[in-house]
Amino acid sequence: MSQASTHQHEGESHGSFASYIIGFVLAAILTVAAFAIVEMHLLSPGMTFGVISGLAVVQIFVHLIYFLHMNSSSSQSWNNTAFAFAAVCVLIIIGGTIFVIHDVGMNMMSR
Amino acid sequence: MLGKLTLSAIPLDVPILVGTFTGVVIVALAVLGAITYFGKWGYLWREWLTSVDHKRLGIMYIVLALVMLFRGFADAVMMRSQLALAYNGNPGYLPPHHYDQVFSAHGTIMIFFMAMAFMTGLLNVIVPLQIGARDVAFPFLNSLSFWMTTISAVLINVSLFIGEFAQCGWLVYPPLSEQQFSPGVGVDYYIWAVQLAGVGTLLTGVNFFVTIVKMRAPGMDWMKLPVFTWTALVTVVLIMAVFPVLTVTLGELALDRYLGMHFFTNDGGGSVQLYLSLIWTWGHPEVYILILPAFGVFSEITQTFSRKPLFGYRVMVYATLAIGVLSFIVWVHHFFTMGAGPNVNAFFGVATMIIAVPTGVKIFNWLFTMYKGRIQLNGMMYWVIGFMVVFSIGGMTGVMMAMPAADFVLHNSLFLIAHFHNVIIGGVYFGYVAGLNFWWPKVLGFKMNESWGKRAFWCWFIGFFVAFVPLYIAGFEGMTRRMNHYDNADWHVQMLIASGGAASLLWVLSASCCRSMSRSVIAILQRTVTSRVIRGMHVRWNGRCHRPRRLTTSPFYRTFMESIRSIPKSRSVVVAMKARR
Repeated sequence: MSQASTHQHEGESHGSFASYIIGFVLAAILTVAAFAIVEMHLLSPGMTFGVISGLAVVQIFVHLIYFLHMNSSSSQSWNNTAFAFAAVCVLIIIGGTIFVIHDVGMNMMSR
Repeated sequence: MLGKLTLSAIPLDVPILVGTFTGVVIVALAVLGAITYFGKWGYLWREWLTSVDHKRLGIMYIVLALVMLFRGFADAVMMRSQLALAYNGNPGYLPPHHYDQVFSAHGTIMIFFMAMAFMTGLLNVIVPLQIGARDVAFPFLNSLSFWMTTISAVLINVSLFIGEFAQCGWLVYPPLSEQQFSPGVGVDYYIWAVQLAGVGTLLTGVNFFVTIVKMRAPGMDWMKLPVFTWTALVTVVLIMAVFPVLTVTLGELALDRYLGMHFFTNDGGGSVQLYLSLIWTWGHPEVYILILPAFGVFSEITQTFSRKPLFGYRVMVYATLAIGVLSFIVWVHHFFTMGAGPNVNAFFGVATMIIAVPTGVKIFNWLFTMYKGRIQLNGMMYWVIGFMVVFSIGGMTGVMMAMPAADFVLHNSLFLIAHFHNVIIGGVYFGYVAGLNFWWPKVLGFKMNESWGKRAFWCWFIGFFVAFVPLYIAGFEGMTRRMNHYDNADWHVQMLIASGGAASLLWVLSASCCRSMSRSVIAILQRTVTSRVIRGMHVRWNGRCHRPRRLTTSPFYRTFMESIRSIPKSRSVVVAMKARR
C-alpha cells in the first residue's frame, strides 16, 4: 500500500514555529477565559452561557487555522468543501434535532 | 459459556420454521454438493470470494440482493395470507409473537439487504466503467464492505432458526426495543446486523466518492459525467452524511440495552422522541439514497431507447442535487403526530411538498426525452413508462401525507404502507430491475429474454395495483399497519384482494426468476465450454450511454493478490474519453 501514500500532498503547509506559538497562546487565552468566567462568577448565568459558547466557536477556528492549517488558498478547496459540508451537516442534524425536540418538549410539557 | 444460548433457543415448536429450516438445509446441501461435484471450490474461492474486482463484487451484491428479495417476499406473502385469514375470530396461522418478527424482518431485509445491496451492486458494476476508471479507489475496502453486508444478511437469516428476530418493526423504536420490553435476543440480532451493514455502506460511500471525484477519465469534467454517475455521486454524499447518524443512534440503543444507560428509556431522563428524530434523520435521506440511482438508470434507459440525448441534462443534474439537499430537511414528516407544534410540522410539511418539485422536473425531463424520439418499446422501456405511472401516483399520495393535518388521519395506517410501497416498488425496484436488464449484456455478454421481461413487467405492474390499492382503501377505512387480526368486514374484502395481488407478484417473481436464471446458467455454461474469456461485446444498445465506447463487455481482471501487485497501475485510464457533446 506504500505506493498509495506517495500521492503528493497538494500545497498543504505544515505551519511554522511562530504560527504554532500564536495558535497555542490564543487557545490558552480562550480556555483560561472560559474557565475564569465560570469559576469566578463574573457574569450572570445567561450571559455566561452565551459568552462561553462564543469562546468555544472562536476556539474551533483557532484550531482549524493554526493547527489544522486550513486557509482559503485554492489548493485547499477540497478541504474547505469537506469542512463546509461537515458544518452544514452539523447545522442541519444537530440544529434540526434541537429545533424539533425542544418544540416537542414544550408542546407536550414533557420537561 | 454460551450465555443465553440453550437448546430452547431453537424454535422446534413452530412447524413453519422447522419446515423452512429443512428446506434451507436441503437447498444448501444441494448447492454445496454441486460445487464439490463439479470441483469448483478453488475457482469459487480464488475468483469470487476473495476477489476485489468491482465487477465481481457488483455481481455478488446483486446475487445477495436477489436472494434477500426472495426472503423478504416470503415474509410479505406470509403477512398477506395471515391477514386474509385472521378475520372475525379466526386467529390465522401466525401468532402475534411470530407475526411481529415477520413484519420486522420484512422491512429490515428489503431495505438493508435487498434495496441497498442491489443499489451498491449496480454502482459497483457500472460507475467505474462509466468514468473510465480501472476499479474503485479502494478495491480491498470494497470487498470488506461487501462481506460486512453479507455477514449481516446471514446474521438476520440465522435469527430465523436460532433465537428470534426483533418484534418492534424495522426501525426498532424504543421504548419497545429497550431491555425492559424486549428482553429477548431479537433486537440484539437487529442491532448487530444493521450496525455491520451500515458501516459497510458507509465505507462504500467513501470509496465511491473518492472514485468519482478522483478517477474520472481525463477531460470528463462535471457536466460531462453520465447521469447515472451523477446520481451515484449524490447518493454516496448522502450516505457519508447520514450513515454515521444511524450508527450512533443504534450505538446508543445498544448502550441502553447492554450497559443500562438511559438515552431512549422511559425513565432515567431518556427521550424516546430523540430516537425517532435521529433515526429518521438517517431514514429519510436513506430513501433518497435508494431512489436517486434508480432515477439515473431511468435517465440512461430513456435516452438510449428514445435515440435522443437526454432532455435537459443540466436540469436533471441540478434536480438531483436539489433532491439531495432537500432530503435532509424533511425527516419530521415521519412523525408529525409525535407532538411537535405547528411551527415544526408546518416547516417540515412544506419542505416535503417542495421536494416533489425537482422530482416532477425529472419526470418531465424523461417525457420530453421520449417526445419525438424514435422510441424502441422494449422491456426496459416498459419498466420506465410503468415507473412514471406508478411513481407519480405514489408521489401524489406522498404530497397528501405531507400535509400534517391529513397525516394525523393517515399516520401508521395501511394508507402509509401503500404509499411507500408505491414509491419503493414503483421507483426503486422498477429502476433496479430495469438497470439489471439494461446492463446485463455489459456484464455477461448476452441479452436477457425479452418476452419474459415484458411478462414480468406486466405482472409486477398489475400485481402492484391489485396488491396495494386495497391497502390504500383499507387505510382510509381506518385499518392500521402491523395488525395481526381484525373483525371489520370491509377490511376483509380488501385483504382478500391484496393477497391475490401478492400471489400474482409471487407467481411472476418465481417464474421469471427461474426462467431468466436457467437461461443465464445455460448460457454461462455454454460460454465457459466454448471459450474461457467473454469476448468483446456482441450486444450493444446503440446508445450514447456506454461512455467508454471501446470498452465492451468488461473482463474480470483482478483477484486479491493481483490487485496488490497492480495498485500503481490502477489509475491507468482504459480509454480516452470523447467529449460528451
